[in-house]
Amino acid sequence: MRDKSTRGIWKVISASSMGTLIEWYDFYIFGSLAVVISTKFFPSDNPTAAFLSTLATFAAGFVVRPFGALFFGRLGDLIGRKYTFMVTLLLMGGATFLIGCVPSFETIGYTAPILVLLLRLLQGLALGGEYGGAATYVAEHAPKDQRGYWTSWIQTTATVGLFVSLVVILATKTVLSPEAFDEWGWRVPFWISILMVLVSYQIRKKMHESPAFSKAKAEGKTSTNPLKESFGNKYNLKFVLLALFGATMGQGVVWYTGQFYAMSFLKTVMNIESNQVDALLGIALLLGTPFFVVFGWLSDKIGRKTIMLTGMLLAILLYRPIYKTMYQTVDLASKTRTETDGLPAGMNLEKGEVYFVSSTGYTDGTAASVKTTYHFDESQPLGRGEFKESKATVTANESDKWTLVFLVWIQVIFVTMVYGPIAAFLVEMFPLKIRYTSMSLPYHVGNGIFGGLLPAISTYLVTNAKEAADVEFYLEGLWYPIIIASISFTIGLIYLTKKDTTQHD
Amino acid sequence: MDALKKILGIVWIGLALAAAYFGIFNFGLPKLSTGKQEDLVFGIIILFVLTPLIVAGLAIFGWYALKGEYDNRKL
Repeated sequence: MRDKSTRGIWKVISASSMGTLIEWYDFYIFGSLAVVISTKFFPSDNPTAAFLSTLATFAAGFVVRPFGALFFGRLGDLIGRKYTFMVTLLLMGGATFLIGCVPSFETIGYTAPILVLLLRLLQGLALGGEYGGAATYVAEHAPKDQRGYWTSWIQTTATVGLFVSLVVILATKTVLSPEAFDEWGWRVPFWISILMVLVSYQIRKKMHESPAFSKAKAEGKTSTNPLKESFGNKYNLKFVLLALFGATMGQGVVWYTGQFYAMSFLKTVMNIESNQVDALLGIALLLGTPFFVVFGWLSDKIGRKTIMLTGMLLAILLYRPIYKTMYQTVDLASKTRTETDGLPAGMNLEKGEVYFVSSTGYTDGTAASVKTTYHFDESQPLGRGEFKESKATVTANESDKWTLVFLVWIQVIFVTMVYGPIAAFLVEMFPLKIRYTSMSLPYHVGNGIFGGLLPAISTYLVTNAKEAADVEFYLEGLWYPIIIASISFTIGLIYLTKKDTTQHD
Repeated sequence: MDALKKILGIVWIGLALAAAYFGIFNFGLPKLSTGKQEDLVFGIIILFVLTPLIVAGLAIFGWYALKGEYDNRKL
């Protein structure tokens, strides 16, 4: 009997997880391809502006998520979990596929970035509706004393989705030449999405509605106005606020520090070569992902609060030492040079630029290259209207690479501690009839807004510190996650009780 | 513990006010006036999304805490 019910749950888990994984994949390929997208869809005369515009689009994708949570959460509590998260799956897949089809800025002008922005907004809306549905659907199928374990499989999908997106991009780059990838190959990961979505849709279509929701609907016990009952009712609102400030806000910043800020830090602050960063991040994610299930399972034994708050506390205490060690591991100033060569590598007279690449080797096997580009304004006399920009790229040696993998892996472990139990935690905090709506909003405000804005805010803090000639400028971006997680830890420690998190079936 | 929850309610309201000050005057408004596109987007998000969320959310949370809504007997 137990085997039969376990088999049933595995079917539910695989159908739900597959769809959620694809949605995360869709969502992350945009971020992972941010640099190439910025050159295709945004005016390229100022690369920084183009890149930041893409980041802004990324933020738009995050900021809109709570609205998706409200819209689809309401639908899910009114008509059912299954149909709602099938709609979000199709919406996400369609938007992703279309991003891969939008002509570039050079072809259709400003229509291109506007279309991309709109499609990105649709992706954000879909994601806002997907997660709450999948988590609720799985939790409502799972035995009460094993919810942490079963819902933790859904929790792995965000990280696995990011991992798959990195693998698909890396594979596409490997198969195609750099020119072909830059020309059209970057669209392939977007096109692949539609195939995955159609397969997942077929699987999900065969699933039944959540038994708890079906029973409540048959008995006429579902909500008629989930938004009003969730946020207009003081008793429920105080739990929404507690879930946000005492859990998801801190969880969101720990998640984005471990999985996104680490990547951005390695690429833009430490200047490590992009493919090497993707590879080492992929290894750390792969090694860390099983711990979502470990901590989900453990939360059934010792409580969700204990594990989530321990993860937050470790992150607060260890982020600065971890990032300092990361930076010093590949700090070229502490290494001994062996050789340097500088060659005029090429010129693009149409754009009025000449560039040089200078390569440097180090005794420990580290390699660095600096590309210096001189831009000339042809309307100005020679020597005037000229400016220079330099871009450094570092390739870490094997030993340093594994040190970095380990340091990123530790951060992924913090992520698994705060994120593994959170679906079960949120599901148990709210009653069945308004669960989808009530749990989706704090989750997406915590992750989409507090977490999603982390790269932009932390980059801003680093830039300010660098301009102020702060010696440890590279650590300043960590103040945002540390402060937010500290507030969340304090609120969670004092206000969350065991009763809050286990009161609803 | 209930007394501590109530006292901390004042801290959360204070924190909401501090977040309003820093969000508006340190991050939001200065970014709107630089004239750079990337600063404008950043300023708008800070000023109209992040700051109101933190300020309103924390203030209501603090008020509820101060009024004893998070006391054990009321949960």
